[in-house]
Amino acid sequence: MRFFEFEAREVIKRAGIPVTDYGFTTDAAEAREIAQRIGGPTVIKSQVLTGGRMKAGGVRFADTPEEAESHAREILALEIGGHMPRGVLVDPKAEVEQEYYAGVVWDGIRKQPVMIFSPVGGIDIEQVAEEQPDKVGRRHFSNILPFSDFQAKEVIASTGVSGPELNKLVPILTRLAKVFVEHDMVLAEINPLGRLSDGSFVALDAHMDIENEARGRHRRLLADLGVGDEETRQAREATPFELAGELVDATDHRGVAGNVTEFDGNLGLVIGAGGGSLTLFDAVRAHGGEPANYCEIGGNPSVAKACGLAKLVLQKPGVDKIAVMMSIVSNTRVDIVARGVIKACLELGHDPGEKIAIFRIPGAWEEEGFKILERYGVDYADRSVSLNEAARRAVEKIQGVAA
Amino acid sequence: MRRDGTFIAVEVDDQSAADANLARKLTEACPVDIFAQGGGGLLEIVEKNLDECVLCRLCLDASPAGAVKIIKLYDDSAVLA
Repeated sequence: MRFFEFEAREVIKRAGIPVTDYGFTTDAAEAREIAQRIGGPTVIKSQVLTGGRMKAGGVRFADTPEEAESHAREILALEIGGHMPRGVLVDPKAEVEQEYYAGVVWDGIRKQPVMIFSPVGGIDIEQVAEEQPDKVGRRHFSNILPFSDFQAKEVIASTGVSGPELNKLVPILTRLAKVFVEHDMVLAEINPLGRLSDGSFVALDAHMDIENEARGRHRRLLADLGVGDEETRQAREATPFELAGELVDATDHRGVAGNVTEFDGNLGLVIGAGGGSLTLFDAVRAHGGEPANYCEIGGNPSVAKACGLAKLVLQKPGVDKIAVMMSIVSNTRVDIVARGVIKACLELGHDPGEKIAIFRIPGAWEEEGFKILERYGVDYADRSVSLNEAARRAVEKIQGVAA
Repeated sequence: MRRDGTFIAVEVDDQSAADANLARKLTEACPVDIFAQGGGGLLEIVEKNLDECVLCRLCLDASPAGAVKIIKLYDDSAVLA
């Protein structure tokens, strides 16, 4: 779940990282008051959860409070990348001598956070890494063991920063790393981190993203920031198809049959289990298939829930067949899912043997499941057929239909 | 009394179906709510839940031998009893 800049700034401020004397408002007149309080030139920044603010005119400079109000009014009405702003941030225009980058991101492959520092900030860190790799320091650290200042010091020093500058930067990166771990984040980034003429450092912009599943652990923080439970903060609004998927999953507490994401292909997917959804989705695409959806099924959903999901996918315009595929690891009962998807076909007046391109769920109660599939003439595969091969067979069948 | 779903049918002999005490036991035992107690505590079979049967046999354990039968319609009407 992504934070708006004004929220991310509040989080780092609470962590003891210096920030500017900014103000957030949803009202142009109040923007003027904030600018007046700040005194001197200000920057008015649109608060949207999308990039390209500067290019779209969502970041403007004001020399007077009147100008700040006028800019705020325009920015508040400005849609950027399909998003209307939550408000504007009124920030003092800092006299920055140098811009730095400090960030912590979750490395999904190492399963550890990695802190990143660069004395070249204000631009994408990926660009710096490509053009000046010696100016980017990084280091993984444990999110279980206590964090040591020395780890941050090593990273910063590796980019050539030394002396008093190094000493001032170490607590900032250390606090950022701690904020990251304490709040179950997947991204915590200060860019730019500005060095002012007096040698002090101040965060000029911040981006943060916390693990969605951890929202429950941070209710107090989210309440303080005014983030409601209903705010999903997804990159785009859910489609009616996706909302219908949420309803299916909410039908009862048993198992999962949800996380539906809409795509525009012709092969409906009922997939899941321990990372199986992503693997299978990728496998279908690798074989030239065009998925109509992504979803996750597992944890022993009820027959009604599996049926509801399959019906939803089968009824999606453009879907010719569905592929029902899972990895073995979730231990979801094969017979229960088989009943669900077959029932969906029958209730919609389809022949399960025709509509189900392949059923590849091995595991618990598979003998019972295979009896059901045989009874209805559904092509099924056991664990001797890999996920990749199952995806290939499904694509082959759907392409046969398309031809 | 017999009710059929798409995959599962449940049959309870008439004498057992009229036993309110057994109806209570079956209602408590079934994890997917296939049994319920109707008027006068008599046994009812909830048709919409029949296909949710997980073949756990708890209903069979809770009832006298042969009183309840679980029939797998997809398996040549194989009977759990």
